[in-house]
Amino acid sequence: MSDLALAQLRPARDASLSAFKAMLLRDVAVLRANLASFILRTVMQPLLFVFVFTYVFPKIGQGIGGAQGEATFSSLLVPGVVAIACIFQGIQAVMIPLVQEFGYTREIEDRVMAPLPVWGVAVEKITAGALQGLLAAVIVFPLATFIPATPVHLNISWPELLTFLPLATVLGATLGLAIGTRVKPQQVTLVFSVVVIPVTFLGATYYPWASLDPIPWLKWAVLINPLVYMSESFRAALTPQLPHMPIGAIYLAMIGFIALLGWVGIDGFQKRVTT
Amino acid sequence: MADNNEVIVTSGLTKVFPTGLKAVDALDLSVSSGEIFGLLGPNGAGKTTTVGMLTSRVIPTSGSASIAGVDVIADSTIVKQLIGVVPQTNTLDRSLTVFENLFFHGRYYGMRSSEARVAAEETLDRFKLRDRATADVNELSGGMAQRLMIARSILHRPQVLFLDEPTAGLDPQSRLALWDILGSLHESGQTIFMTTHYMEEADRLCDRVAIMDHGKILALDTPAALKRSMEADTQVRVSVEGDLDGLAGHLKNFEGVSESQVLDGAVLITLRGRAGMIPKLVDYVEVGGFALNDLSVSEPTLETVFIKLTGKELRD
Repeated sequence: MSDLALAQLRPARDASLSAFKAMLLRDVAVLRANLASFILRTVMQPLLFVFVFTYVFPKIGQGIGGAQGEATFSSLLVPGVVAIACIFQGIQAVMIPLVQEFGYTREIEDRVMAPLPVWGVAVEKITAGALQGLLAAVIVFPLATFIPATPVHLNISWPELLTFLPLATVLGATLGLAIGTRVKPQQVTLVFSVVVIPVTFLGATYYPWASLDPIPWLKWAVLINPLVYMSESFRAALTPQLPHMPIGAIYLAMIGFIALLGWVGIDGFQKRVTT
Repeated sequence: MADNNEVIVTSGLTKVFPTGLKAVDALDLSVSSGEIFGLLGPNGAGKTTTVGMLTSRVIPTSGSASIAGVDVIADSTIVKQLIGVVPQTNTLDRSLTVFENLFFHGRYYGMRSSEARVAAEETLDRFKLRDRATADVNELSGGMAQRLMIARSILHRPQVLFLDEPTAGLDPQSRLALWDILGSLHESGQTIFMTTHYMEEADRLCDRVAIMDHGKILALDTPAALKRSMEADTQVRVSVEGDLDGLAGHLKNFEGVSESQVLDGAVLITLRGRAGMIPKLVDYVEVGGFALNDLSVSEPTLETVFIKLTGKELRD
């Protein structure tokens, strides 16, 4: 071979690790370039929610929160809003780009051809989505804490927070991957109507799961919703004085859902890029 | 051609899709270092599936494929370092600029930040993309996007560059520009494996061409040899003063002539083994007592070869 200096071959493990790291750096660069829109899309929904329900309603004398009362409502909303921020990143940072990349642009090709196993690209998607979920949670948390007109009572339990937060963000990202690899671009709006909206409304976000006691069928039915465990986990970590599921059950369910959705997502990803 | 310089080797490579379609049927190929190898065939011939199997994207049903001695399926992470791929569609990273597309590609292949930056800068100059460095890739014209795709695919200095229909959908000017790029890559020693359904492209660029249809290789050789392999090698048009029928009869007896007929005021003959025959043909015409007015030679194109082999036209 003449004047072409060929690249040095590196062992599969080294090559995979550096490709994985480079893809994360690429995602960080894209996030940095689009930081303003990231913040807007992250903040808008929880901001309005917290503002209307915990600021406007108490000010205009419209009660919300049922038997627990207004004061408790603003406290129990914090975990729910943080959980929604995490799960929305799974949708916005993982699912939507993936649907576009698979459906229209095929731009995933360049990353799939990088020297790492195809499942490694899928795991990178989960990792980047989880990191954005973490960032979203950090941004949303002060909003939910400081905007309400009625005082928010937090009793942060750090061991739970530091373990539940990564689990919740990874769970949100695996959900995004699982849906993103199995949905066609023209079905995205349908996904919002039949998945995203029911998941958020029935995700124990605006009420503790235990308070569904009067509606037993619903109480059991919502257990298939991964957001329930994310909300309950933040409730156990941020407002443990309020009712929440047993901590062991939350860990078990979150790990179980991550394994299930992770498998569905990675398998779906591999099937989409190799035949 | 087969020697220890082989870069791409396949043996009995077969892909049967779940639908039962046998897209590639027991393919045996060997491509040498520095070669431009073309896979020529109509849409649906199995060209893209072949490239897919050689680049780890399509899992073969049976058979094997290796790049530089490394098994494509068993060691795909190694093979991916050895190859650059330009697929049929624009797969540029729409979230990044032109420069960033190159820079992060280098990073994916393990270059340090400074190395990737230098490689990306050099590539911008080499591929005349310097003034578009900070442009959004969505703003690039089709030809420019294709140039960037090729630039990106060789940034990590792969041993083999795969191009799947590289000029499909490009305007004639961009196509010519791309041929120049591929020509200069070839001169620098780059091994290239490309698919195409443009005869002229295969004829002009490729050292060897495999004609493929229904998943099988029908013929494989240099473009010239493929054309020579046709029964009628060269068509010669001879015009003389006077008796054309007499000339046609006279030329039938010339060595290597398989056909001789009067057509449009001249005699058209088909001649095998062109080299060195034309001066003898001129003498032969004059020996027969004919005054030669004009003589023109036209070689058959790959198109005639293809039609002969498959019984159909190549273009869609």
